Amino acid sequence: MLRVFGLGAVLFGFWLLLSGHYTPLLLSFGVASCVLVVYLSARMDVVDHEGVPFHVSARMWVYFPWLMQEIVVANLAVAKIILSPKMDISPGMVVFHGSQQTDLGRVIYANSITLTPGTITTGVEGQEFQIHALTAADLDSKEQDEMDRWCTWVEQG
Amino acid sequence: MDLAFAVVSWACIMGGLFFMIVGSVGVLRMPDVFTRLHAAGMTDTLGAGLIILGLCFQTVSGIVDGETSYWFVLIRLVLVDAFLTFTSPISTHALARAAIAGGVEPWTKEEAEGA
Repeated sequence: MLRVFGLGAVLFGFWLLLSGHYTPLLLSFGVASCVLVVYLSARMDVVDHEGVPFHVSARMWVYFPWLMQEIVVANLAVAKIILSPKMDISPGMVVFHGSQQTDLGRVIYANSITLTPGTITTGVEGQEFQIHALTAADLDSKEQDEMDRWCTWVEQG
Repeated sequence: MDLAFAVVSWACIMGGLFFMIVGSVGVLRMPDVFTRLHAAGMTDTLGAGLIILGLCFQTVSGIVDGETSYWFVLIRLVLVDAFLTFTSPISTHALARAAIAGGVEPWTKEEAEGA
């Protein structure tokens, strides 16, 4: 029930930010559309720990700066490869082991892997993440372990 | 103050354009669909991210000058980047899975050199 009200509050906050119109008529339209969306979400049975993951939102703010830094480093590495005349790549499929206990945690980890250029998640089965890596030969497993630990920490939030 | 914001903003926008261009070059140079996805991933992470950051500095400069309505623009810019960050890995993942389902064998260096 808390999630239903939480979702409604977030949706209406979002509506207020984007609309910029604050006359009573338009505000009531905003409330009505938010209520409709929450009703439809509840009917679709998606207002749960996955559809409305408030519990991870606090730790996401801590995780995000670290992920941003990883993305910048990975971008520079891929840019260097593309701009080098030889283009020294050794693409291949690799399997990572994730330590996440929930599907939401696995989604966060899989998306984090895909967001950092140079690695793309092509499939997840249980705890095994199938990855296509641009330079499979010199993939830094220590960095992957660190991302894995971060994502597990976020899901426990 | 205006000059400082302008310099930082344009530095970010030019940086974003750099990654956009390098990403596009990568899409052309890479050998197969999976490696091209890596290059394309650059355009919607740092490429788009830096351009949006540069635009954010433009609006902050406006806010400092007393244009309070620019707050809404700033919030929208941040939201655009947030949605891009959440959705772009999903489209990349969907493309990669579709390629695998379609029977595309990942390009490997060994095969290319052996052939």
